[in-house]
Amino acid sequence: MKRFKNLFLIFSIDIKESLRSKWFLSYSLIFGGIVALFFISGVTESKIQGFSGLSRLLLIFIEICIVILPIFILISTVRTIAADRDSNVLEYLLSFPISLRDYFFGRFLGRLVSVTLPIFGALVLALVWGAAKGVEVPWGIFFYYIGLIFALNVNFLGFSFFISSVVKTQEVALGVAFFLWLALLAFIDILLIGVLSQQFASAELVFSIALSNPLQVFRLGAISLFDPELAVIGPSAYFILDEFGKTFFSIYALLYPIVLGIVFAILGFVAFKNKDLV
Amino acid sequence: MIEVKQLCKKFGEQLSLDNVNLSFKQNESAIIMGQNGAGKTTLIRTILGEYIPSQGTVSINGYDPFKNRQEALQNIGFVPQLPPPIKLSVSELIHYAVVSSGSNKETIFDLCQKLELDVNANLNKLFYKLSGGMKQKLLIAIALAKNPKIFIFDEPTANLDPKGRDIFYSILNDFLEERIMIFISHRIEEVHHIVNRKIEMDLGKVILDEKI
Repeated sequence: MKRFKNLFLIFSIDIKESLRSKWFLSYSLIFGGIVALFFISGVTESKIQGFSGLSRLLLIFIEICIVILPIFILISTVRTIAADRDSNVLEYLLSFPISLRDYFFGRFLGRLVSVTLPIFGALVLALVWGAAKGVEVPWGIFFYYIGLIFALNVNFLGFSFFISSVVKTQEVALGVAFFLWLALLAFIDILLIGVLSQQFASAELVFSIALSNPLQVFRLGAISLFDPELAVIGPSAYFILDEFGKTFFSIYALLYPIVLGIVFAILGFVAFKNKDLV
Repeated sequence: MIEVKQLCKKFGEQLSLDNVNLSFKQNESAIIMGQNGAGKTTLIRTILGEYIPSQGTVSINGYDPFKNRQEALQNIGFVPQLPPPIKLSVSELIHYAVVSSGSNKETIFDLCQKLELDVNANLNKLFYKLSGGMKQKLLIAIALAKNPKIFIFDEPTANLDPKGRDIFYSILNDFLEERIMIFISHRIEEVHHIVNRKIEMDLGKVILDEKI
């Protein structure tokens, strides 16, 4: 355990720092508020397209998460290393005998907990509220959905720490993060639709590229919870179900974003330790 | 012992350290002087393992601060010129120093008391919200409590009032033996009773290195 002493030290101070920050407060209020709003507005009682109760709530929550979760994670964490560097905090904290690995991954794990807590808190709030109203809890969907969100968090945190380590200033970090978010949310899809309609490349290649986009993987993984045949996404569903199968795609949707996030975090660490610290 | 050999540091095309050779032995207290941009801070940051040398080597008690940073930095107590805006409470910062360096918490409290900083009344306050003098006193107490073999002070009294400076230098007298002390300062008169070596830098080069 002594080996992890400094890792845990950085992890714990990062969490304490985050819990005090304004971004964490607004992040918690927004996600908690969204769930409260769903219940207050009666979303859980609606029967549109056959979904009701917590299934309906999770379905809408997913749509919101796809848009705001990545940008929230990117904006609130992309400056972690860059800001410490700019303000000379890094110069002082790393004048203590802390390894760069412990510092980097301690920060990473601390941020992972602090970006995940508000969403899990919101979902627990939904469960408690639902139970109080006597709504049936779709446990299978609920736990898989928690897994998907965790995977998305690891993924974007990996991107975020990579950007934060590579760029020189906080402003550039924010700019790159915003562009990445736009690209993954829309630009890549628009480009691929263009390629597909102009028949510049085979449909299989286009679908494969689309499935390397972690945001698209999250979206499809989430849709598969409610629509296992992926009927709403049209012909590309055949490609996914034929190539992956339902079970394997469910596992892929969980593991791929996590692996990608870890790879980017490691690349970020390599950049961090091979550059001047301040 | 600190050994700096043929050290060069380039930022783009600008050469900030130009073939610096220095050696600091036990019982040496040195002041490094020079105009802004002379390379003083770059030299200190390279000794602390925060800048990667473009050329040359740095060794602290036989350890390379880049490859063996934990072993090398275990020997160093550092006080920066401007306390950075650390977003930790005073108690969290003390905990950070205690866990990472094995410092004694009681010693930090005692030193704060000697420096006339009421640390108990400020434990839950955020470090960056303290006054400049309070921040500097806390960082000084943390560095001294580490009881290292090497002290590096970058304008350590910049935020202290005259009384605070006097107290700081009188406490420092207790730490002089069998240590290396490096001061970066523009005011030699303030440390003349402590230092026994003067180094002057200009444009990244050591232009004067003499015993005093």
